[in-house]
Amino acid sequence: MLVLAIDTATPAVTAGVVELEGQSATLLAERVTHDARAHGELLTPHVLEAVAAAETTLRDLSAVVVGVGPGPFTGLRAGIVTAAAFGDSLGVPAYPVCSLDAIAADAARDADAPFLVVTDARRREVYWAAYDADGSRTRGPEVSKPADLDDDVRRVEHVSPSPVGLVRAAAAAVTSGAEPDPLTPLYLRRPDATLPGARKRVTTP
Amino acid sequence: MPRIVMGVESSCDETGVGLVRLHDDGTVELLADEVASSVDQHARFGGVVPEVASRAHLEAMVPTVRRAFATSGLKMSDVDAIAVTAGPGLAGALLVGVSAAKAYAAALDVPLYGVNHLAGHIAVDTLQHGPLPTPSLALLVSGGHTQLLRVDDIAGKITEIGSTVDDAAGEAYDKVARVLDLPYPGGPPIDKAARDGDPTAIAFPRGMTGPRDPAFDFSFSGLKTAVARWVETAEARGEDVPVADVAASFQEAVADVLTAKAVRAATESGIGTLVISGGVAANSRLGALAAERCAEAGIELRVPRPRLCTDNGAMIAALGAHLVAAGVAPSPLDLSANPALPVSTVCL
Ligand SMILES: [Zn+2]
Repeated sequence: MLVLAIDTATPAVTAGVVELEGQSATLLAERVTHDARAHGELLTPHVLEAVAAAETTLRDLSAVVVGVGPGPFTGLRAGIVTAAAFGDSLGVPAYPVCSLDAIAADAARDADAPFLVVTDARRREVYWAAYDADGSRTRGPEVSKPADLDDDVRRVEHVSPSPVGLVRAAAAAVTSGAEPDPLTPLYLRRPDATLPGARKRVTTP
Repeated sequence: MPRIVMGVESSCDETGVGLVRLHDDGTVELLADEVASSVDQHARFGGVVPEVASRAHLEAMVPTVRRAFATSGLKMSDVDAIAVTAGPGLAGALLVGVSAAKAYAAALDVPLYGVNHLAGHIAVDTLQHGPLPTPSLALLVSGGHTQLLRVDDIAGKITEIGSTVDDAAGEAYDKVARVLDLPYPGGPPIDKAARDGDPTAIAFPRGMTGPRDPAFDFSFSGLKTAVARWVETAEARGEDVPVADVAASFQEAVADVLTAKAVRAATESGIGTLVISGGVAANSRLGALAAERCAEAGIELRVPRPRLCTDNGAMIAALGAHLVAAGVAPSPLDLSANPALPVSTVCL
């Protein structure tokens, strides 16, 4: 089956078409641009280019997989809503994956010990999650100061998840044909909003 | 020519999806108008919190699209074109609607129009009152905008004649509501309180009406401060604040300036039609005073019903239909939202 993979949880604008047979995922085409400000602009054009390069059509897709973060909020939402709209309009399910799990799926191939996946959370913090040698998540995702991470564990600091990693991380759900979980973003932080204090007087009492 | 146009709106705190049909005679018919509002989530902050609004848009977008198709009875494959608010508005909020609209346009293989939210507020009137005579004058008043616009062509030529130099009219309502301990958003509770008040009880200042002030610009910051000062002074004297009189007098000052300038602009340019739109257009005193002054000046007044005046997807769909009818070229799929899109750019 052909799966459209989308991720905007990192500065990368990622779209790819992946062939999924059982647990085996093969990349047919991808379009990736590293520009944290271009998610809204480039994502749908990248999807169309990847589909064309894979010599297929949107109508031939069987599912959409999207990274739901954690990641900086504004860009993250562009990927999630794009995946949701493609799923809705094409009449195919859209599956969420933790973007760090997708990076772990890429990394687990050459892992022989537990590892951490770490991405930039801005504000001098990182998003991270811990995995065993098979690439199964054992803790996280969380947002922390880099100094608070376990120093003894190997860190995987991939810039962004690949389309194949995204589809591998979602393979069990996609092949089961199960009803997808909602595409809920992993924000990990509350909105910056302060409740108004007492109204400021304009006259001096 | 495309017939069914879907409109997507996400510039502030309303997620809107509208569906309209463009008829051969150029009229535009409303088929669906679904809105999901996050206004309740902003109330305790006393104003729209951009990140809260953006999160709500993401949650509401596809369900709102689904509701629009369900209520219209249309299928998604019936859609011939999609219009989406590209600006002005909150950057993160706009991005949700623009991203979704691009994906729908790509999947349905239909043209996409990235359009101006302010032009949408004017275009929506054609759903209720039919084609807009040109030129027309438009007064847009809401929590985010206060502008006088000359409309020579809804699909291409809109010119700003004046705008607020500080607060939007709706913002002044929100701030005065806080002074009077009335809930957010301030428009409806002030309108209600004012019904029992005397609009001539307190002579609040009319901003930007001095002989040297720009004729068609607005200012509401001084008015807001004057109301706060009046209330604090009354409180300092240990008096009960006459909320109804304050609300009525404040509302009178706002409606007086808005209608006086709009009617003067129309009269001076020989324009015979005034459209008042935006959330504050639902204000009862603004409507009544505008009707009175337009009648005196021989100007046709058009005010869309309140549901159409607030932010919604139908207004964007209506504007999209006018762009289609005018043969305007669609937007590229790599278009960017522009939070500061000028009203002179109707379509990106
Ligand atoms: Zn508006």
